[in-house]
Amino acid sequence: MRLDVRFPIGGMFTVFGMILTVYGIVSDPAIYAKSLGINVNLWWGLVLLVFGLVMLGLAIHAHRKSKSSVTNSTSTP
Amino acid sequence: MQQIRLGGIDYAILIIYFVFVLGIGWALRRVIRSSEDFFLSGRSIPAWIAGLAFISANLGAQEVIGMAASGAKYGIMTSHFYWVGAMPAMVFVGLFMMPFYYGSRARSVPEYLKLRFDEKTRALNAITFAVMTIFSSGISMYALAKLFELVLGWSFHGSIVLSAVIVLVYIFLGGLTSAIYNEVLQFFLIVLGFLPLVLLGLKDVGGWSGLTAKLATVATNAGFEPGAWSHSWKYMDSPSHNPMGMEWFGLVMGLGFALSFGYWCTDFLVVQRAMAAGSMTAARRTPLIAAVPKMLMPALVILPGMLAIGLHAARGGFLPIGSDGQPNYNLAIPMMLGHYLPSGLLGLGLTALMASFMSGMAGNVTAFNSVWTYDIYQTHIRPGQTDSHYLRVGHAATVFGILASVVAAYSATRFNNILDMLQLVFSFVNGPLFATFLLGMFWRRTTSHGAFYGLLTGTITAALHYGLTLPRGSVPGIKGGFLGAVLHVYPSEMALNFWTALFAWTGCFVATLLISLCTRRTKTDDELRGLVHSLTPRIQEGHMPWYKRPVTLAVGILVASIVLNVIFW
Repeated sequence: MRLDVRFPIGGMFTVFGMILTVYGIVSDPAIYAKSLGINVNLWWGLVLLVFGLVMLGLAIHAHRKSKSSVTNSTSTP
Repeated sequence: MQQIRLGGIDYAILIIYFVFVLGIGWALRRVIRSSEDFFLSGRSIPAWIAGLAFISANLGAQEVIGMAASGAKYGIMTSHFYWVGAMPAMVFVGLFMMPFYYGSRARSVPEYLKLRFDEKTRALNAITFAVMTIFSSGISMYALAKLFELVLGWSFHGSIVLSAVIVLVYIFLGGLTSAIYNEVLQFFLIVLGFLPLVLLGLKDVGGWSGLTAKLATVATNAGFEPGAWSHSWKYMDSPSHNPMGMEWFGLVMGLGFALSFGYWCTDFLVVQRAMAAGSMTAARRTPLIAAVPKMLMPALVILPGMLAIGLHAARGGFLPIGSDGQPNYNLAIPMMLGHYLPSGLLGLGLTALMASFMSGMAGNVTAFNSVWTYDIYQTHIRPGQTDSHYLRVGHAATVFGILASVVAAYSATRFNNILDMLQLVFSFVNGPLFATFLLGMFWRRTTSHGAFYGLLTGTITAALHYGLTLPRGSVPGIKGGFLGAVLHVYPSEMALNFWTALFAWTGCFVATLLISLCTRRTKTDDELRGLVHSLTPRIQEGHMPWYKRPVTLAVGILVASIVLNVIFW
């Protein structure tokens, strides 16, 4: 069985998204003077989280589909 | 210069990235059973993955750092490398050349030359290519280590060892599949890591109109019209009107035709990704799919450079000043990262930079081990061994390739000029290659003597042209004019490079044509079936709906790049 590349991509960005979102919530607002007063960790963290989850969702969907097609083809005589 | 301080969270992101990169190699170690699995991913990669790997392999250090530097130095004109250079060439390789590369079942670009011509043409291409990939990979490593030493204060040796070991492990375990999967991961990381930087920079300068206003200062300070940095074609009427020192004809023919087609259509580093695709249609779509994100890359790699120079002119001191009194353009991206990104996103941005260096290095190493194993070892050293023998050789070549790159990286620290000189020699060898392929694929009368001696003629033409001309303001030597007499002075180094490529192409084309007409054919029509256009059955795509055909995608890409050229005229 071959690895679907969307699993590691989705996994990595989900982890990055979670880390950055949480850091955005707990970090000292003073560090965002650099980024024009925007809490970029929070916002970009959410973007990465959504991207990662979509990738994971696509991979899981494809995985299920290929599995069910395998069982279908073996069950039909 | 103030160094960037990284926090714990930044290191955490970098380490998580390493874990995923190595994890991909580990997860793929089981799929490698034959040499074809290791070198060609068993020819089973879907088109979109091959396509993203196709541009990611090219999105190495020189690309990211170099394009941002050019964006600062020449402005939006740098986008010609994409919208005039890469687009048409990528469409051409997908539509017209992939049928022969993929259809011939050649395992590498030199092997195609063997099938089409003969062993000596293949050997010439294989040996120069193998040496060149090692040096490019070494230069990439050197650039990474130097940059991280300067910006982060990391140890030079530490960066080299770290990047070398990680790339070695994931290629050793999973071969080309692992390199391709990691390239796709790296592609998304580069996009998502640099995008916030561009958005923040644009917001800071007041959008595109704010940026053009700042770039007008840059242009007038340098003695050009105010729009010279923000128009790609308007000032191309004469070399003296734009910072690149180019006029439109030299640009279109030199960059758009000779250089770009030479790179995108014949360089095994990128073509290998398409050869790994699962079917002929997937292989033809690979460069076309790659062209779509490639078209938008200027926003990610050129724009940061333009923002940096705009801010440098408006606020002063944004870029550190180098020893020659000019701003250090190569630091545009790292300076932007340090300026705008707080701890957290900063780690992501630096990880993206690391990813770009690694994908460039891995691309070179995977191309090297295939060419070494198939075109040099199996052909000249030990033919007729079992497949598992060649698989072991491929593993050994990966280790050797990385070690040799490390040596090349260290030699760059001591003999900078030698590396410049080698790169120059390679550009002489590569410049004419596209003429050989064009004639070989589309004219069955092209003979193997014609191809081999034509290539040599092209290389000599390039060296002669380079040796007899000089860019303005340089002394004869490595920059040109080393043959004693200077017959012509070009307004810039870039102009000299474009014209050298064009001379090389023409020399090779004419010589191959003439020699082919005078020599006897060594291959019969039957032997050339599948290798030459007129002797290969046309690919039937009538059964596919129109929107799925490669031609449709190709037309869409060309129209879109014309639109982009018009918008930024």
